[in-house]
Amino acid sequence: MKKRLRIGCGAGYAGDRIDPAVTLAERGNIQYLCFECLAERTIAIAQMEKQADAGKGYGQFLEERMAAILPLCARDGLVVVSNLGAANPPAALAKTVEIARTLGVGGFRIGAVTGDDVLEKLLSENAAVVETGGTVRDLGDLLVSANAYLGAEALLPALEAGCRVILAGRVADPSLFLAPMIHEYRWGLADWTRLGAGTALSHLLECAAQVTGGYFADPGLKDVDRLEDAGFPIAEVAEDGEGIVTKVPGTGGEVTRETCREQLLYEVHDPASYLTPDVTADFSGIVLKDLGDDRVRVTGADGRPRPDNLKVSLGVRQGFLGEGEISYAGHGAMNRARLAAEIVLKRLERQGFRRDDMRVEFVGYDALLGPLAGGTFPLPGDVRLRVAARMERKRDAERVGEEVENLYLNGPAGPGGARKAIRPLIGVLTAFIDRGLVKTGLTIRDV
Amino acid sequence: MKKVKLYEIAHSRAGDKGEITNLSLFPYADEHYDLLCRQVTAQAVKAHFGDLVRGDVVRYEVPSIGGFNFVLHGTRVGGVSSALELDPHGKALSFGLLEMTVEMPDDGREEDGSRR
Repeated sequence: MKKRLRIGCGAGYAGDRIDPAVTLAERGNIQYLCFECLAERTIAIAQMEKQADAGKGYGQFLEERMAAILPLCARDGLVVVSNLGAANPPAALAKTVEIARTLGVGGFRIGAVTGDDVLEKLLSENAAVVETGGTVRDLGDLLVSANAYLGAEALLPALEAGCRVILAGRVADPSLFLAPMIHEYRWGLADWTRLGAGTALSHLLECAAQVTGGYFADPGLKDVDRLEDAGFPIAEVAEDGEGIVTKVPGTGGEVTRETCREQLLYEVHDPASYLTPDVTADFSGIVLKDLGDDRVRVTGADGRPRPDNLKVSLGVRQGFLGEGEISYAGHGAMNRARLAAEIVLKRLERQGFRRDDMRVEFVGYDALLGPLAGGTFPLPGDVRLRVAARMERKRDAERVGEEVENLYLNGPAGPGGARKAIRPLIGVLTAFIDRGLVKTGLTIRDV
Repeated sequence: MKKVKLYEIAHSRAGDKGEITNLSLFPYADEHYDLLCRQVTAQAVKAHFGDLVRGDVVRYEVPSIGGFNFVLHGTRVGGVSSALELDPHGKALSFGLLEMTVEMPDDGREEDGSRR
């Protein structure tokens, strides 16, 4: 009988829902469950956590995800591939071992994959920064992290060593899914057509519910059944890299040609040249055939040789974002919101803010007057002023929300629901590094 | 000929990478592909978004899946990580694209009356 490799996606971003991953593990009849939990900015924040505490800096929600999934790994032989190591895969390994022991589950091997942190190497090379035209050393103290996008190749030693839980750091999203395909089918690392085809399936899976009805529904035009229970996706991969995208029967959401083609081009520029560390994938000839019952066949993807260099994302401190919001309702709401905005901008300008660093937006529907809005006067029934500004110093950024809040007593009539917020801004810049300079490592613990 | 909003005949999804946003566009009916190909050009999309797109718009045609990919350069200063916008990703920009107006024959067919 023909081998059927089934790979599931257990998360499409750091904070993604956990229940659908458990459903996949329990009822998805899958051999691999891959978690993509690391946005570009997330790893820089994790790096700062690691600097503050050497035992931290692993993925957000690692504990919750592992507590839910480890018992299923132990029971069913499921293999978990993830980038939950974030900035600190060894710390994620220690934490995962601790969780396994606390849960009383064991009999399997856990591996941490390192090597994506290339900060020291880039500094010694003084690599060019794409966006600034300068070099990494020019960034000085503002540079907090430099992580190369590792490819599927970096995960293969862990798979070959029989790890059932793999905790990597910065790995290109599709590579998390492609690695099990390469491992199971013994694809060559220069078999560009298969790698391109596998990458297409990986790309369709990597954002989880975005291919099963999430980020898709539009009532009346694109109705999705039981979106609240949307299942996470599964790829059934054949030896030649072609395959079928589907989901667990009985879950909500849908897998159709429409959901698949939207996701196929998501975050893609030239569909004929989708660059990953593994391959230059060509999606331009892909055909999606809707087989019904939430099954879509994907054929026609291709590939060309992989890029010589690895992309590196640089985390750079960019000061602080200060925000303030406040709403106005009823007659003249928009006029009062505009007056409020002018007052805040003038007050902030006097404190040294530049207009170019500030942004004003107007939001709103029916928050303040509830059923009166749309009944006795037309919707939208209220307008919410939002002011945001970027400032180098935290104390300055805090002034944004404070000035918006000050509108209660010092602005137009009838303000409601002021909120203020502040957060550090971590910008992401780009550099490249020669593959030969990146050495990956594997640490194994048996539980 | 009648004017219709793009959302009546097509759907779109936004993706972001740094300061670049990509918007896919797919007609619900494959027979509307040619109509969109003629009318929803890169120049038309650039003009539609006005100041929201500081740089170029590039269009890729992907006939094998019946759709298009628009790459909009310069939509968010600093990208998602440091943009000032309430929607720093620019996820809603797909719904901005769908507010474009296109002209189509009253019977919904191509100008020459034939279906693809």
